[in-house]
Amino acid sequence: MREVYLENHANTRIDERVLAVMLPYFGELYGNAQSIHSLGAKSRDAIERARGQVAGLIGGRESEIYFTSCASEANNLAIKGVAEANRQKGRHVIVSEIEHFSVLNAARRLGQQGFEVTLLPVDRYGLVSPADLRKAIREDTTLVSVQHANPEIGTVQPLAELGRICREKGIAFHTDAVCTAGIVPVDVNSLEADLLTLAGAQFYGPKGAAALYVRKGVRIVPQIDGGIQENGRRAGTENVPAIVGFGVACELIQREMEANALHLLHLRDRLVRVLPEKIPHLYINGHPERHLPNNINLSVEFVEGEGMFLFLDQKGIYVSSGSACASKALKMSHVLTAIKVDTAVGQGSILLTLSKYNTTEDVDFLLAEFPPIVAKLRDMSPLYSYFQKTGQRRVAGPGTDYEHEQEENREDG
Amino acid sequence: MDHFQNPRNVGEINAADGVGEIGNPVCGDMMTFYISVKDGVIDDVKFKTFGCGAAIAVSSMVSEMAKGKTLDEAMTITNASVAQELGGLPANKMHCSNLGADALHRAIEDYRKKQGEEA
Repeated sequence: MREVYLENHANTRIDERVLAVMLPYFGELYGNAQSIHSLGAKSRDAIERARGQVAGLIGGRESEIYFTSCASEANNLAIKGVAEANRQKGRHVIVSEIEHFSVLNAARRLGQQGFEVTLLPVDRYGLVSPADLRKAIREDTTLVSVQHANPEIGTVQPLAELGRICREKGIAFHTDAVCTAGIVPVDVNSLEADLLTLAGAQFYGPKGAAALYVRKGVRIVPQIDGGIQENGRRAGTENVPAIVGFGVACELIQREMEANALHLLHLRDRLVRVLPEKIPHLYINGHPERHLPNNINLSVEFVEGEGMFLFLDQKGIYVSSGSACASKALKMSHVLTAIKVDTAVGQGSILLTLSKYNTTEDVDFLLAEFPPIVAKLRDMSPLYSYFQKTGQRRVAGPGTDYEHEQEENREDG
Repeated sequence: MDHFQNPRNVGEINAADGVGEIGNPVCGDMMTFYISVKDGVIDDVKFKTFGCGAAIAVSSMVSEMAKGKTLDEAMTITNASVAQELGGLPANKMHCSNLGADALHRAIEDYRKKQGEEA
């Protein structure tokens, strides 16, 4: 069966060249990088080589790169590590309301420990306003974290502007660049970033290694205590194969990013143009111009996301959805909620993210299979039949939540 | 999965004897059941559903379970019995089974109310 993988924001397929360089480090080069014998030295050298490759991708220095097991860990290190290091100066941190959960929940944890957290709102495209940031900054603010782009709706933030404001005020500025590094050019100096998170699994590297860039001079409290790995800032035996793979992925993508982006844009533009032609009442979310080249987030009215997702899955097309039913928490995506997508429409959301491995045939296949799936679900939908008969949308009426509220009221009363 | 891929009894009944609706689009789940009743027996059932895979499967199963039953028998169809007929539902989808049985019961109540008004 043909398989079309369109969930590349979660993870990409590893490049064969990356895998080839990694393999010996599972086999004969199995030394622990901290060991002082010659076998260990080979692992250590490999890690340092990777460190240089990662630094090279983002315009930082080798000594400023810290390897972690994943991007979530890097985000936790940034948020908690910087906040804790500056406790005496102040206890206020600012993050955008559409950050990845690893940033939001790390900030929430700080909020439970005597810090105050301000969430910056976003507009209907998902953009953070520099004016809002300026207003939110206080005397006791010590950290601002805003993602370079949003992995769900693809909107790219005006980071340099935000970074400059932080620099003016002497506040540390962190950015989660997981969905931009390796996709579009990322330079810590142009972005005015003091800290930056990136992960190779987004650009054809392996899972199991990510990095936090920490500009020289920025104070940070380690979150994993133990041995002296990563210059004392992150203990734990290094995942040598994954780090090696991460480094190679960085080196390859530096050369190939531009050609990849052109390919992605070509496929993406086709989807953005043709899908609304084939499927009426379909809306594309996120900013129309400031948008990641590999991302299409769409809402299909009158049908529900998980239903579409399951039918696509059966056809071998792998996507994700921001609807409540599709999430384990049964809540609609916090990003779609923040950009104020109509809640009923937001339930019909599908996210497609492309990689260099997707082809025009993949796109043709999706364009052939998706419209009939939507038609089938619309035939089943009471919302669609109401719309067809009356030209109106059904408004929320008595429903499960409503009923439960009534029951609770009756019990209390 | 079969009930999701090939749901039975999708559609509407014009001037149905009973109509039951539950849920709302904001929650991401909405079901409308239409029943046709002859001599106290449900002789036709149709439904429309806006909802996830489990919701569609549940609606389809409920419609099959209700056909040919008397109104009282149909009122005994519960969330648990629907889930059982489907061979079980994941824990976080059990609320979908609530909706199916409840929507059917509402259609029956609607029918009875209409009968009551006429009598």
